Amino acid sequence: MPVMSNANTAIVISSRVRFARNLKERPFPGVAKKPVLISVMEEIKTAILGLSEMEIAAVKKLEELTLLEKQILVERHLMSCEHAAKGAGSALVLNQPETLSVMINEEDHLRMQAILPGLQLQRVLAMMHAVDDQLEEKLDFAFHPTLGYLTACPTNVGTGMRASVMLHLPGLVISEQINKIINSVSKMGLAVRGLYGEGSDAKGNLFQISNQTTLGEKEEKILQRLSEVIDQILEHEQNARTVFLQQQSETLLDQVGRAYGILSQAHIMTTKEALNLLSLLKLGVDLHLFPEQDREVIDQLFVETQPAHLQRGAEQPKMSARERDALRATLIRGKLVEILTPLLPHSKS
Amino acid sequence: MNFCEVCAQKKGINDPAGFALAELLLGLGLTQDEVPVTELTCSACGFTQSQFKKTGRLGCGACYDLFIEELAPMLRNMHPCLVHVGKMPRRFAQEQKKQESTKLLQEQLQKAIAAEEYEKAAQLRDELRATQEREYTKTEFRKNIPLAKQKEFEYL
Repeated sequence: MPVMSNANTAIVISSRVRFARNLKERPFPGVAKKPVLISVMEEIKTAILGLSEMEIAAVKKLEELTLLEKQILVERHLMSCEHAAKGAGSALVLNQPETLSVMINEEDHLRMQAILPGLQLQRVLAMMHAVDDQLEEKLDFAFHPTLGYLTACPTNVGTGMRASVMLHLPGLVISEQINKIINSVSKMGLAVRGLYGEGSDAKGNLFQISNQTTLGEKEEKILQRLSEVIDQILEHEQNARTVFLQQQSETLLDQVGRAYGILSQAHIMTTKEALNLLSLLKLGVDLHLFPEQDREVIDQLFVETQPAHLQRGAEQPKMSARERDALRATLIRGKLVEILTPLLPHSKS
Repeated sequence: MNFCEVCAQKKGINDPAGFALAELLLGLGLTQDEVPVTELTCSACGFTQSQFKKTGRLGCGACYDLFIEELAPMLRNMHPCLVHVGKMPRRFAQEQKKQESTKLLQEQLQKAIAAEEYEKAAQLRDELRATQEREYTKTEFRKNIPLAKQKEFEYL
């Protein structure tokens, strides 16, 4: 059985860099009154729409978005839960390939992020620098000679930068090494979080690793520190998979096969169960137990089975959790029957 | 740091409204008797010291200088170093560079005068004037360039 292909690109889901900035001599959003928030929003919006990266862009004022639309944006990692809870005076600007999003008046006046698939930290940082350089020509940012870029929360002061990488680590979870890894990563000034950032669980064996400190190091140095740790985690994940394949291939085949069985037969499925089982199918593709062409279907299901995406697909404004669970199971069954072709040993024979 | 209700009372934390994490981290939990009559308040945004203690966040850029005494230990716990070494806005960097070169020229000028090297002093004085005038002319000139033409004059 071959070990695995394109390992790093399969394990690293996405790379993201966000910069927090505030306008000089204006109160931060948590303190600012509505007229100030609106004038800040308008000023920032005009500057952003002038960016070459935002030639084709959508501008959404928070009060114009429905709850479902906000949830979809949160599920797509383009908006934070904190921003989704804001009202008039806050907005989101998003470019067309959804690689660049700017939250206006979240915790800070500007929270801009670049996100790309796979391990591309240097490239996303370059994207953010280019956007930041253009914006500072038009906007006066709050900057302190000693403390750097000033932010509402002192945890972001200095560079205002948070770089993060989303990793799919089923090998480390199954081999029960993940807690050891999380502990050592935490000791290195980095944070490990679940799929939806702060306070979320690691559903679907997905983990976000990001820098925790923002002051006293250059952006590039922070990124280098993060990259070195990511490289080590990737190595551990690959080793865990290799060992698992060599020493417990039956157990592995059993887990992937059961995941396929449940996903293709179940009639009620929660988000958590779907993500955890889809994670095993994704591992199956990485290990060539499913054809490579099935990867796209599985990756799409990771997004489409999220509650708000599911509800939008059903074109129903209101659905109970139970109705969503039934719909989720139907959607998955349909996709798996149509497209997935397992190459599990038993089906070969 | 987690305290159950019983432990919290034993440790003297009786506030029925609860207590903020920042207060505990800073060791700033004040009892009612110790609450100062007038507290530090930011003149720019109206944010108060007690709001800062409760939320651990700041109201505006000016709050950083105002609350720096309490902020410094927090920052020391959060970050490897208290001095920003990363990117800075281009305008700020240019201003800083100008100030540094002016300061250097001024120091050299004072030294030249003290050493009675008048020819060198005159040269430094001219250089200093030229720097200031050049900056003045550039700034004024840039202000008058129409937005559409700004790109052509980026080299300034």
